[in-house]
Amino acid sequence: MRKNSRLPNLQNLGIHLRILLIVNLLATMAAILLSKQLNEFLPLLAQLSALVQPVLLLSMLGLYGLYPLLSKLKYWQGVIAIILLEIAFTSLIYVFINRYFAFDAIPETYRACLLTAIVTGIVLYYFYLQERAYSPAIAEARLQALQARIRPHFLFNSINAVLSLIRSQPKRAETALEDMADLFRVLMSENRDLVPLAQEISLCHQYLDLEKLRLEDRLKITWQIDDMPSDAMIPPLILQPLLENAVYHGIEPLPEGGEIIVKIYTKLKELHISINNPYAPQNDHHSGNKMALKNIKERLKLHFDLESSIKTQVTQDGFKNNRYEVHIRIPFGT
Amino acid sequence: MSILNILIADDEAPARNRMRDLLAEIENVTVVAEAKNGKEAIDLALETKPDLMLLDIRMPLMDGIEAAQHAQKLEPKPHIIFTTAFDAYAIKAFDLNAIDYLLKPIRLERLQTAINKAHALKPKQMESLKPLQKTRTHLSIHERGRVLLIPIETIIYLRAELKYVTVRTAEREYLIEESLTNLETEFGERFIRLHRNCLVARYFIAGYEKRLNQDNEPQWVALLKEISETVAISRRQQYLIRDA
Repeated sequence: MRKNSRLPNLQNLGIHLRILLIVNLLATMAAILLSKQLNEFLPLLAQLSALVQPVLLLSMLGLYGLYPLLSKLKYWQGVIAIILLEIAFTSLIYVFINRYFAFDAIPETYRACLLTAIVTGIVLYYFYLQERAYSPAIAEARLQALQARIRPHFLFNSINAVLSLIRSQPKRAETALEDMADLFRVLMSENRDLVPLAQEISLCHQYLDLEKLRLEDRLKITWQIDDMPSDAMIPPLILQPLLENAVYHGIEPLPEGGEIIVKIYTKLKELHISINNPYAPQNDHHSGNKMALKNIKERLKLHFDLESSIKTQVTQDGFKNNRYEVHIRIPFGT
Repeated sequence: MSILNILIADDEAPARNRMRDLLAEIENVTVVAEAKNGKEAIDLALETKPDLMLLDIRMPLMDGIEAAQHAQKLEPKPHIIFTTAFDAYAIKAFDLNAIDYLLKPIRLERLQTAINKAHALKPKQMESLKPLQKTRTHLSIHERGRVLLIPIETIIYLRAELKYVTVRTAEREYLIEESLTNLETEFGERFIRLHRNCLVARYFIAGYEKRLNQDNEPQWVALLKEISETVAISRRQQYLIRDA
């Protein structure tokens, strides 16, 4: 077993959906094995279901509630704790059923407990394998992220802009180089853990200051973030690459420039981030946009599974002016 | 030694400043104009007749490569050196065709060398370059010693006539020496072929009408916005109207 294995996030709906699927799939398999003829299958499945679903339901609720405690344990301790918990849940349900209902086909409690333990083991092993399958992807995604994030176009143009300032405005050149250093420090760091939203925003400000150096008045940016929870935790470098896209595809092709609008707000325990920029249907060769989007999508999935989403759309504001919007939804625990 | 007149085109002011600073350290050169995009570069080149154009590749409105193509019609033909921070596609094409380019940030020595050996692009080199955008943003027309740039979006129709193509805008007509087939391939998204010899901009089609032609036979014609002319639709293209 590897060192850094972690229990699945038992407060994530996607994980619970998978547990539900796996267990019911196993129950279906059992029904198929037990039924000698086709017409026995459905009644048998219904019977098994009646025994399985209560345990499943109680487990899911219980594990959801206990996850904060479980996540503090080491991986192997967590696994043992979960299996023991499952056995306890099963016994509880069976004692309850035996007392109040009269089923013919109720297996003895110790058999049910054994089955539960095995099924729990299978499910945990599935999540273990899934995590392992994703780990190389995480490493690769980081590498890709690095490539996608440092757009050479931005790097060299910024250096060029700073060079032009050195003689005439040494103070501004100094600030610009400091911003650049900060930006690249973040770009090149590990970026595995979540960071506070406020930190990402301040990084974005530094990035935009550099772009303003080159694009001057052509780059206008409006922040609608008064309702933003600064302490919300998000994966690092979610916003900055999207702003870079907005500048590259939205602002630079326009001779007079344009406006980028960033909105951040919470709604129904979810954090919403939207970036809106002018959209010129340019037939550019560049695929940088898709690279960055794909990378962000992958990282959101790694962190939040099905509870996050990223959507893009082209909208029209009035006469002929197309705008492009990226909308991100992230769970936001209070 | 004569003075070399140089035009700088770059959409970023700091990049233009830096280029000007560098050129100030080189002898026998003078900056005659600074442009913010390709179109402005061509317009200013007409006035200032530079010997050398330093063209950034990625610029709004018209990119450097398209500007270089239009610049081939200037008299005298200016030398061209491309500058870029990073445009993988363009750089590949330059290397393949031995076209000189400078990578930003540019070093003084490198700029000096490039200027010393600057020469006009050969037609063959020019043809092999593709602008960053798939289609040109303007058509250029050589007329009485001037080069006129016609924005594609102002063109109502393109009609083949003998060895020329007539370009019709709301204001007037121009003649260019290009083949209608090539124009159709390049601008197929914007124009539709209504007749064997005529491409019409979809945007400018106001409607269709059945009229009698000279031989008193009924024929479909396309009505156009901005001008009162109509374009006859050949029998073979009439299915387009039904689809419309």
